[in-house]
Amino acid sequence: MDDNKKIATRQSYGEILKELGKENENIVVLDADLSTATKTNIFAKEFPNRFFDMGIAEQDMMATAAGFATCGKIPFASTFAVFSAGRAYDQIRNSICYPNLNVKICATHAGVTVGEDGATHQMLEDISMMRTLPNMQVYSPSDDVQTKFIIREISKTKSPCYVRLSRLATPIIYDDNEQFELGKAKQIGDGCDATIFATGVCVAESLKAKENLEKRGIFVRVVDVYSIKPIDKETIMKCAKETKKIITVEDHSIIGGLGSSICEVLSEEYPTKVIRLGINDTFGKSGNATELMDYFNISSKAIEKLFE
Amino acid sequence: MKIKKVEALQKIANDIRINIVKMVYNAKSGHPGGSLSCADILTVLYFSQMNINPQEPNSMERDRLVLSKGHCSPALYSTLARRGYFSEEDLKLFRKLNSNLQGHPDMNKVPGVDMTSGSLGQGLSIANGMALSSKMDKKGYRVYCILGDGEIEEGQVWEACMTSSKYNLDNLCVIVDNNNLQIDGDIHTVKGLNKIEEKFESFGFKAITVDGNNIEQLIDAFDRAKMTKGVPTAIIAKTIKGKGVSFMENNASWHGKAPNEEEYIQAISELTGSNANLL
Repeated sequence: MDDNKKIATRQSYGEILKELGKENENIVVLDADLSTATKTNIFAKEFPNRFFDMGIAEQDMMATAAGFATCGKIPFASTFAVFSAGRAYDQIRNSICYPNLNVKICATHAGVTVGEDGATHQMLEDISMMRTLPNMQVYSPSDDVQTKFIIREISKTKSPCYVRLSRLATPIIYDDNEQFELGKAKQIGDGCDATIFATGVCVAESLKAKENLEKRGIFVRVVDVYSIKPIDKETIMKCAKETKKIITVEDHSIIGGLGSSICEVLSEEYPTKVIRLGINDTFGKSGNATELMDYFNISSKAIEKLFE
Repeated sequence: MKIKKVEALQKIANDIRINIVKMVYNAKSGHPGGSLSCADILTVLYFSQMNINPQEPNSMERDRLVLSKGHCSPALYSTLARRGYFSEEDLKLFRKLNSNLQGHPDMNKVPGVDMTSGSLGQGLSIANGMALSSKMDKKGYRVYCILGDGEIEEGQVWEACMTSSKYNLDNLCVIVDNNNLQIDGDIHTVKGLNKIEEKFESFGFKAITVDGNNIEQLIDAFDRAKMTKGVPTAIIAKTIKGKGVSFMENNASWHGKAPNEEEYIQAISELTGSNANLL
């Protein structure tokens, strides 16, 4: 992990989108007046004729994307997570997922790490809402390399996808040539004292905790769950069998998110006690993103505390 | 010649109405009122206006139709069956378990259905995406979108209108099935709709108001829409909810219920002019 080179996954998204645009002329991009924040402006600059600014009209944007998909286009629709999964839920449900249309929803500014904008803009329920939809795949990448890999992979699938991206710049975790697979998770380390299942911005925090715990003689492994749906049952079960403690960490509500997903797998396949770190049935608040991660107990400090 | 064509289309629209009533009666549920009001619109589109081929329902070049008021699926299914997309026998399975003919249209189950619909207010945005694709690919296909007049109370419709207008979608034609009734009653009483034609005009559409149960006027309006360049067209089709069945006409209670046996027999006799061949 390179702590000096930080990049937000929204930035990685914008950059790879431009590359994909060069390779595939069927890719079209829609945004709802937030292209400078979601970074779709990088694509817009290169391909103005394939970029559609739909204005502050997220419901219209999602359904227009569905219309494009019926005609063989590969639409990427972006806005903040709260206005995607939240504001346009019915359009996503009835006009994208039910007809199983090839729309890629790439939602930025997820979680409390949005920071100062506060509760109305901090989406904490999107994983929960999106993964419950039939046909939908849900991804939550943790760094620059993984984001670019996932965006490229989903552009080749024919399924509706939801990708959860962050505003906060986070360390680069993986080497450029690291390989991932949709539907799998990435195990980092093989410590047996605990498994920390983490997703998105919480993966780097978990790795920091892993390092600090090692100094205290506690050896944990981190599992980067970038593919929330489909989820890697095999790795989850293997880790539950091999380690003494199971912890989940997410910048999302503990209701319906990563923690719930892990519990669902384990309770059916290998009943195990799970400690869930995440936003505990409350709204977010204004503050600096790093402060907020501490405040809501989803930072490395909160993880390390569990071993005191 | 023209008179013959109009008469032939009127006869088809009547056949479609008969099937609408049969389907809703068989299913013991469904939406006869709005289906009967838009039967002439669908007839003119599928039998006179649209560039389609029932043998190639997925052709990339075809014109598309989005029935945004998806609850009027009986009208769409009857039209598609009559046009030859699938057998009229299948209409008997409407709303039954495991039938392709779901309560609301499913594009993945029924040949000829260009878009799944059911949740009101979304169809025009979808039609915009289709019309934009047509322009990008220089395919030249036209896109039609049928909205209910109650449906345009949904805010998304007006978001979509701004999009149609921004991109000068002159290959898009919106039809408002303006029968003046929704479930809770008169559309102007339930919500302040005011002047529909002026609304569309102020959103940048060419608006044309016609008698939506008059085949000749509909043909003329669609022809004018095709000749309109640079702006999308909205046809405000003044229709009668429940058109063709006396006791259903202009009666909001027939929005979403099936006739009982006695009512069914009366409806079919009115539409066929005889008591024969009822079930």
